[in-house]
Amino acid sequence: MSRFIKKDGMHRSLEGWPLVFTVLTTVAILVGGLVQIVPLMLAGDAETRIDTVEPFTPLELAGRDLYIAEGCVGCHSQAVRPFRHELERYGEYQKAGETVYERPFLWGSKRTGPDLARVGGKYPHLWHVRHMEDPTSTSPGSIMPPYPWMLEKDANLDVLPRKLRALRSLGTPYTDDEVENAVQIAQQQAEEIAREIEQQGGPANLESKQIVALVAYLQRLGTDIDQAPETAEQEHDAGSAMEEPTAEARD
Amino acid sequence: MSSSTATEVPQVHKDDVEVFSYDEQITRLFVLATVIWGVIGMLVGLLLALQLPFPEANLGEYLSFGRLRPLHTNAVIFAFAGNAIFAAVYYSTQRLCKTRMYSDWMSRFHFWGWQAIIVSAAITLPLGYTTSKEYAELEWPISIAIAVVWIVFAINFFATLKYRRVKHMYVALWFYIATIITVAVLHVGNNLAIPVGALESYPIYAGVQDAMVQWWYGHNAVAFFLTTPFLGLMYYFLPKAAERPVFSYRLSIVHFWSLIFIYIWAGPHHLIYTAVPEWAATLGMIFSVMLWMPSWGGMINGLFTLRGAWHKLRDSVVLKMFVVGITFYGMATFEGPALSVKSVNALTHYTDWTIGHVHSAALGWNGFMIFGMIYWLLPRLWRTPLWSDKLANAHFWVGTLGILIYVIAMYVSGVTQGLMWRAFDEAGRLMYPDFMETVVQVIPMYWARFIGGALYLAGTLMLVVNVIMTIRNAPATLPDAAQVSARKPVSLEASGDGAAVATAGGDGATPSPSVEEAKESSTTQDDGDDDDDDARPGTKRVQLPSPGDS
Repeated sequence: MSRFIKKDGMHRSLEGWPLVFTVLTTVAILVGGLVQIVPLMLAGDAETRIDTVEPFTPLELAGRDLYIAEGCVGCHSQAVRPFRHELERYGEYQKAGETVYERPFLWGSKRTGPDLARVGGKYPHLWHVRHMEDPTSTSPGSIMPPYPWMLEKDANLDVLPRKLRALRSLGTPYTDDEVENAVQIAQQQAEEIAREIEQQGGPANLESKQIVALVAYLQRLGTDIDQAPETAEQEHDAGSAMEEPTAEARD
Repeated sequence: MSSSTATEVPQVHKDDVEVFSYDEQITRLFVLATVIWGVIGMLVGLLLALQLPFPEANLGEYLSFGRLRPLHTNAVIFAFAGNAIFAAVYYSTQRLCKTRMYSDWMSRFHFWGWQAIIVSAAITLPLGYTTSKEYAELEWPISIAIAVVWIVFAINFFATLKYRRVKHMYVALWFYIATIITVAVLHVGNNLAIPVGALESYPIYAGVQDAMVQWWYGHNAVAFFLTTPFLGLMYYFLPKAAERPVFSYRLSIVHFWSLIFIYIWAGPHHLIYTAVPEWAATLGMIFSVMLWMPSWGGMINGLFTLRGAWHKLRDSVVLKMFVVGITFYGMATFEGPALSVKSVNALTHYTDWTIGHVHSAALGWNGFMIFGMIYWLLPRLWRTPLWSDKLANAHFWVGTLGILIYVIAMYVSGVTQGLMWRAFDEAGRLMYPDFMETVVQVIPMYWARFIGGALYLAGTLMLVVNVIMTIRNAPATLPDAAQVSARKPVSLEASGDGAAVATAGGDGATPSPSVEEAKESSTTQDDGDDDDDDARPGTKRVQLPSPGDS
C-alpha cells in the first residue's frame, strides 16, 4: 500500500497516464451497480410473481400517466413498509410481485400526504372527485393543491393503443384485443365510473374527463392481492413482516 | 487591458517557447449562468416552501406543487450546481494542464447546449411532461440532448488532458474524470425508455428493477454531480484562496478511490423496507456506513489545508464560504450514513428529515462552495476588485443563518412526523389514526423553513448585486492573457535549473523566467496549477505576441 501511495510511488506514475487512470476509474464505478442490479435483472420476476396481479386497464393506465404528470409522487409514496403501525394505518405491506407492471415504479420517497399503495376501494369514487376538486372539502386542514381542471379537461385516450403496444413490447401481457380496442375499453370503464359518481350524488357527464381516469387508477391501487388465495409462502412473508415491527416497537 | 503592444521576450528564444492563452470567456459565461439559474431555482424553491403551509400559493395547473417540485430540483442541481461545476472545470483544467481547452467551439456548444436543455426543462416540467424518476424527470428528447452535450464536454475535456503541458494530473482532475465518466454511465443507464409520443415514454425497467436502477442513478447523481466535482472544485480553489498546499497527498489518493468505489453501492439505502430484496437494501446500508470514512477524508483534507492559515478567514469571505461549505459537507456525510441505518431509516424515511438532509448538503456544501468560488473568480475573471466586501460578508452571514433555520426546522418537522406516524396508545391503537393530525402539527415548521429559505435567497441576491456592480467596473475588453511555456515539457528533474518559462504576469516589459512556474512539487501537493498566485487584479499584464505574429 505504501509503495502505491508514497510520493513518487506507483500512483504518481498513474497520474501521468490519463487513459489508464480513466479506465481504472470506470472499473471502480461499475462494480457496485453490476453486483446489485445484474442479479435482479437475471432473476426476473419469476420468484416474486403473484398470480392475481394483472396489468392496468387502458383507463387506469391513462389515469396513472396523469398521476405521473401532476407529480403526485412528490408527496405520496406507494410503498407500505412491513411495520405494525403502517399495516394498521395503510393495510398490507407492499410486495415486489405487485409492482411488476409498474413502468415507471411510483414508490416515492416522501410522505407529505399519506401513502397510497392501498388506497384502492378505501373511499367512494365521489370522495376522490370532491377531494381532487378541493382537498379541504373532504379533508379539512389539507395542504394538498386543488386540481379543479381535472374535472374540466378531457383525458387523452387516443394514445392508449400506442401506449399498450409499447408496454406489450416490454413484456406486459396485453392481448391483441386490448391493444386494438384500448380506446373503447377505456371509454366503457369511464362511463361505468361516471355513472357511479352520478349515482353517489356527484356531477354528471364526467366520463370523458381526466378525473375519471385518475379515479380508475386510484381505485385500483393495492387491490390486486385482495383476490389472492392465501398461500403458505405468503403466510410466511406476513409472519416475517410482523417480526420487524416488534423490534421497532421496542425502540 | 492597459497595453496590448507586442514585447520582446528577453533571454528566451522565441522558438523555444510556446505562447498560448486560457479561454476565460467560457468561465465567465458559466459563472453568469450559475448566478442567473441559481436565483431562478431558489425562487421556485421558495414558492414551493410557501405552497406547503399556504396551499393558496398553488397558482393553477402549471404552477402547482407537483409540477414545480421537479423544476426546482432540476434547476438547482443541473442549472445552478451544473453551471458552477462547468465554470470550475473550465477554469481549473486549463490551468492544471497549462493549456487552452482543446476546442473553443466545443466549449461554446457545451455552454449553449446546456442552457437550451435547462430552458426546455423549465418549459416541459410545468406542462406536466415528466418521467417521474427523481432527478431524471426530463423526457426522452431532452435526455438524448443531455447525453450529446455531455459527450461533447467529455471529448473536449479528455482532449485537453491529452495535450496538457503538465505531466502529472492534479487531484482535482481525478475527480473531474470520475464525474464525467460516471454521470454518462448513470444517465444512459437510467434513461433507457421506449418513446410513446413526442414527450412521453415508458422505461424499459419495471417495478423492483426500475426502483433499483433509479436509485443507483439517483443516489449517484448526488455522488457524481454534487460531490465529486465539488471535491475537485475544493481541491483547486481552496488551496488557491488559502495560499497553502493541500494537507495530504496520500489522503487524497486513498479517499478518492474509496469514495468513487463505495458510493455506487449505496443507492439501495433509498429503498430500505420496500419491496426490493433484503440483501440489496442491506448492502446499500453497509456501504453507506462505510462511505462515511472516505467522505470525511475529503473534509479533513479540505479543513486541514487551512492549518496555519485560519487567521485568513477573518478577512476572506471566500475562505469563510469554503470552511462553512466543507463543514456542512462533513455534517451531511455523517448524517447520510446515519439515515441509511435501518432502524434510523425506519423513523426518518418519507419524513421532512430527508428534505433537511438534502438541503444541509445543497445549501451548505454545494451552495457555499459555489459562492466561495464565484467571489474568488469575480475579480480575476473581470480583472476588477470585488465591488463590496461588506456585502459579500453580509451574504455569508445571512446565508448561514438561512441554512441553519431551514435545516433545524426540517429536523424538528421530520422527527415529529416519524414519531407521530408510529405512535400507539395504551390500548395498542394508532395514536394519530388521522394522517391530517400529523400534517397540521408540522405547519409551523414549514413557515420556519420558508423564512430560512428566504434568507438564503436574500444572500444570493446580494451576490447578484455584487456580480453586476463588479462587472460594471470591469474594463471594456478582457482579452485572454498570454501564457508562455517551454516548448518541451518540463520534467521533474529539470525543475530548478532555469527552465525557460516566462510569466506573462510580470510588470512591464520583462517577463522573468520563473522556476516556480515550471516546477511541479513532488513532496506536497501545492495548489496544483502554475498560475502566478501573486497576480492580483489590477496588476498590469502584458499582451505577448500570439504564435502567428512576427
